[in-house]
Amino acid sequence: MKFDLFTLKKYDYKKIRNLKDNAIRKILFGFGATAVIFIIIILVFLLIEGLPFFLEGDGIDFFTGDVWDPSSPNTPRYGILPMVLGTFLVTLGAIVIAVPIGIGCSIYLAEIAHPKIRETLKPIIEILAGIPSVVYGFFALIILSTWIDDFFNSTTKLNALTGSIMLAIMMLPIIISLSEDAIRSVPQEMKEASLALGLSKWDTIRGVVVPAALSGITAAIILGVARAIGETMTVLMATGNAPVISFDMLSSMRTMTATIAIEMGEVPFGSTHYHSLFAVGIVLFAITFIVNFIADRVMKRFREKY
Amino acid sequence: MSEDIEIETRNLSLWYGDKQALKNIDMKIPEEKVTAIIGPSGCGKSTLIRCFNRMNDIIEICRVKGNILIDGKDIYDKTMDVVELRKNVGMVFQKPNPFPKSIYENIAYATRIHGIKNKKKLNEIVEKCLKQAFLWDEVKDRLDGSARSLSGGQQQRLCIARALAIEPKIILMDEPCSALDPIATAKIEELIRYLSEKYTVVIVTHNMQQAARVSDYTAYMYIGEVIEFGKTKQIFENPSEENTENYITGRFG
Amino acid sequence: MKWKTIKEHIIYSLLRLSGLFIVCTLAILLFYILSGGIGKISWEFLTNFPTNGMMSGGIFPMILGTLSLMTLTMLIALPLGIFSAIYLVEYAKPGRFTNAIRLAVHNLAGVPSIVYGLVGLGLFVVFLGLGLSLVSAALTLAIMVLPIIIASSQEALRAVPQNIREGALALGSTKWETTCHHVLPYALPGMLTGSILALSRAAGETAPIIMTGAAFYMTHLPSSIFDEFMALPYSIYTLATQSSNAEATRPTVFGAILVLLLIVLCMNLVAIIVRNYYRRKYRW
Repeated sequence: MKFDLFTLKKYDYKKIRNLKDNAIRKILFGFGATAVIFIIIILVFLLIEGLPFFLEGDGIDFFTGDVWDPSSPNTPRYGILPMVLGTFLVTLGAIVIAVPIGIGCSIYLAEIAHPKIRETLKPIIEILAGIPSVVYGFFALIILSTWIDDFFNSTTKLNALTGSIMLAIMMLPIIISLSEDAIRSVPQEMKEASLALGLSKWDTIRGVVVPAALSGITAAIILGVARAIGETMTVLMATGNAPVISFDMLSSMRTMTATIAIEMGEVPFGSTHYHSLFAVGIVLFAITFIVNFIADRVMKRFREKY
Repeated sequence: MSEDIEIETRNLSLWYGDKQALKNIDMKIPEEKVTAIIGPSGCGKSTLIRCFNRMNDIIEICRVKGNILIDGKDIYDKTMDVVELRKNVGMVFQKPNPFPKSIYENIAYATRIHGIKNKKKLNEIVEKCLKQAFLWDEVKDRLDGSARSLSGGQQQRLCIARALAIEPKIILMDEPCSALDPIATAKIEELIRYLSEKYTVVIVTHNMQQAARVSDYTAYMYIGEVIEFGKTKQIFENPSEENTENYITGRFG
Repeated sequence: MKWKTIKEHIIYSLLRLSGLFIVCTLAILLFYILSGGIGKISWEFLTNFPTNGMMSGGIFPMILGTLSLMTLTMLIALPLGIFSAIYLVEYAKPGRFTNAIRLAVHNLAGVPSIVYGLVGLGLFVVFLGLGLSLVSAALTLAIMVLPIIIASSQEALRAVPQNIREGALALGSTKWETTCHHVLPYALPGMLTGSILALSRAAGETAPIIMTGAAFYMTHLPSSIFDEFMALPYSIYTLATQSSNAEATRPTVFGAILVLLLIVLCMNLVAIIVRNYYRRKYRW
């Protein structure tokens, strides 16, 4: 009898443990699914709020029209081109500035800098990455714009160049830290092989290390670009926000992100204008999605290599 | 010894931080012969061979005392150009480490940096080096293919060909066969014998049979010291030190 | 040969210069913000309501708003993120669904913050009827930081050596017991570090809260989580760009920026200290 009780109890204990374990497994599965649910929700809501615009408004004019004037009382126009161009030019400017500095700095950190200097520089880069975008925006608005104004004698203080410089500074931490990782993950044996052939350190960096890390560096740059395209507050405060088509980096421009941020606060819920902003959001989402996808692919190729 | 001396170490000591890895090494490595360095793991074989082309320079905590003379010139002298030194002293590493480039580029890259830009000349050099490394027949149809698609043994021979391309006088080999199978090893060993006609080869190995097979001279190292150095035949058949004999007969190591 | 050496010296100098550029950037940024804001910081500035069109008085409601927004965001995002990561690392079997989760996490991380704002507006404010409120903003920010928390938690979990799990399982522990007793304790510091960093990013975010609940000016503190609120980043933006008297409000903006930076940097500092402490404690 005693023995029976003992086994019974033991049996139950085991059963409860297993039940608990299974229940937890199921609950955790639910948590695991949240990310999928959220991405679906994001897509669904962008579409629910954005599609009505294409039904009510002029979908063709949206993609081909060169005028964005939604608040015109008679003929509101919703052409996204000026903003796509604005985003493109401001981002391009940022790339031109950030890529050489970023790659240079990551090579310096990974291959040349004394460990002590590297230990000081890395936190500095982390701090730069941590500064909120609104602070960068404010700096561009108050200080950088006056410097640009003095230097170039531009007609508007707030212009694409101001935005590009500020975006470049925001991109740099991403580019530097990811490129540095890529460069450092090039196997030591590879460098030794090159040095043993009597190549100088710079020849080794240029001919062996950087080419080997190139796909990783490329991915770092693309991720930086994705960040720049999606950045809102900095460009909103720095570029002057005139929705016009212009290729002059010293003129005022407006990006897709800034358009949403400026106008969303003022539109009545459910109006065509309201839906048009979601349509801009869809375009923005699609662009960043593609850019991130490319970065992911490149990164994967880099990882497979090592 | 009757032969000319290629590398001479004088009272060479080396520290990693506080840890002494090499202790007062005096050695004279003869020209155009194969010299093997054997000894138990961690005895400093690789450290020693990496001194000959100053590869240890890239380890920051590494300190060297004493002299190494190559062709009578002290390579640890302040005026020594390390890049120039490494051009004269090629090295093959433990793990095959071809660059992630094509087979052709692996050999041509360093040559081009060292000033040979003529395409025809480069082709000749690539062919010559691959032939010297017994690799030409296997890869001549796919010189543009990735070096990483080669087998381990082929990769290692490519690395040897790469080292030959810069026309060194000395070739250092740091356990070149430890990652290879017996057949690939046999090929490399044949290659080493062949190379010793023109080059001074210093090879580190943990495989005593290999040392006996390929080398003319053998140095036996133990905890940072060279215990015995002499003709291979003598070291293996009639070692003068008990420690050497214990190692060679397999009592430890 | 000589020319080559000179060329390499020039290149090295250029590389060094790019490193210097980073240092200078931060120095200039901090110099302007400190010199503009340090004079403004006082007990009154931190604890009083703004007065006189925000030209004077303090920024207490903004600080409180930002802090409560962060707390709420953390309460929502932390359990979601950590349990998702546990599922992904410890439980998920390779397959289509696991792949879908990975892909989703990855894509969430790439969505621009303004798009989160749009969705937060559509979903929480309008569709779920939560209105412009603290809770709408917190939910929006929580989704935004979720991928960062998941990614860093995954990394922390993966850093725990496999043989510890095998050891526990071999003793007859269930999966959950193994995870709970032998994996989580070692992974938790790493998870926290990542989460704090993610949260410090949320603290400075402006774009998503513009649309989901941040108010330009309120005379009272938010009465509940369903009330609108003032937040430091949003106030910095509005005061800097839309104030009728920009010159007069500038000191307040500098002060607010300094406070925001202090909050963000303190969180970063805490994260780094936690990381370094545990890195020394557990060495595999």
